[in-house]
Amino acid sequence: MAKALHRLANPARFLRIAAPLLPWTAAGAAACIGAGLWFGLVDSPPDYQQGDAARIMYVHVPAAWNALAGYAGLALASAVALVWRHPLALVAARCIAPIGACFTVIALATGSLWGHPMWGTWWVWDARLTSVVILLFLYLGYMALIHAFDEQETGERAATVLALIGAVNLPVIKFSVDWWNTLHQPASILRMDGPSIDPAMLLPLFLMAGGFTLLFVCLIIIRMQTELARRRVLALRRAALAMPQASDA
Amino acid sequence: MTFLRAVVERELRLYLRGVVDLIGVWMFFGIAIAMLPLSIGPDPEILRRIAPGAAWAIALLASMLSLERVFAPDQRDGSLDLLLLHAPSAPLLILAKSLAHWLVTGLPFVVLAPLAAIALGMDVQGVWPLAGALLIGTPALSLIGTVGSALTAPVRRGGILAALIVLPQTIPVLIFGTAAVSETLKGRDSGPYFSVLGAFTLAAVALAPYAGSAALRAVRN
Repeated sequence: MAKALHRLANPARFLRIAAPLLPWTAAGAAACIGAGLWFGLVDSPPDYQQGDAARIMYVHVPAAWNALAGYAGLALASAVALVWRHPLALVAARCIAPIGACFTVIALATGSLWGHPMWGTWWVWDARLTSVVILLFLYLGYMALIHAFDEQETGERAATVLALIGAVNLPVIKFSVDWWNTLHQPASILRMDGPSIDPAMLLPLFLMAGGFTLLFVCLIIIRMQTELARRRVLALRRAALAMPQASDA
Repeated sequence: MTFLRAVVERELRLYLRGVVDLIGVWMFFGIAIAMLPLSIGPDPEILRRIAPGAAWAIALLASMLSLERVFAPDQRDGSLDLLLLHAPSAPLLILAKSLAHWLVTGLPFVVLAPLAAIALGMDVQGVWPLAGALLIGTPALSLIGTVGSALTAPVRRGGILAALIVLPQTIPVLIFGTAAVSETLKGRDSGPYFSVLGAFTLAAVALAPYAGSAALRAVRN
């Protein structure tokens, strides 16, 4: 695996692999989200208790999954960057953070909209909600730290260490917060005795989850392409400044 | 050991030289506590209920105030280079820095916080559990805080940033620290909470020095 990672450390090679992937992930995301929205909003039964309000689940749950998966990706990229001094992993981590933070905000906002009709309140200090807020703070702290340094790479290295500390601490925080208070409905998909949710609802949910994940990948690729292009411009500009005669000529 | 003692003594001397800042941290704690009845209202029943948790939370916030002093001045004037050069190992330096930070902004709250909680109307039986929970839990806060301070060492006015990145990491300590006190006050067995709190501090002692030295390596290149 390390060898494959090192092959990807070359930005040009990464871009050669990523560029053809981009339209596929974009099209896949559009198709999955489109189909998921159709099945979710039109062609699925309303929940027997929650009625049509339960349909917000098709946005809420995939966003929450992606918020978590995003932090896992951030931690993984950070670990790779720290262990193998992998330059592209630094770029990847940097690009994952704002997207993951956005999914976290979406999960929080849709959850709040869902909570208002169901629980009668926009917000409760329940364990799962609080964990997601803390996750958002971890994302925001990472982004604040990465931008606090004059030297871009220093900020990235510092943020890498922070992401790993967060990843180690996150299960402890989760466990503490769970113990502290619990009201949110327990997980109903990933359970030992199979999902407790109707298959008609499961299909759009998985379509949306797949679509959101593809969207995530697609956005990461776009951000990484942009970031690499920006660095290229900076490097070229610096080179031009270093050789004024060459740029005059 | 001699290195640890030398660094702690140096840190304490430096803290004492800027003792006005330290007094400012302790005063912040007192003023923030006084703001609570003013904002929440003087209802003794509410204040009695929130007293231990409020004392914990404000002690945590107050201990964040001095994070900027842990590494940034040494980084600016170059003494951090010398310290790292003379340290038998970088984690030991982090440990010494945390210990000094705890002596000036952790240990004082072990005394101050129970007094403040009493002033808010906490039952007197809560004094020893609160002091004990703070004594067990605050070292973890200083250790985690020192790592945050290391991560922001070269950042100008990095104190707020350090607090921002450190506070979410201290949530478990806060939860179990306050639970240990409230469970005791409810007359339940609070032993497990103290044990978990102690486990957090021990884990912080074991891990934070390494995280801190990785942080220093990352930001100092």
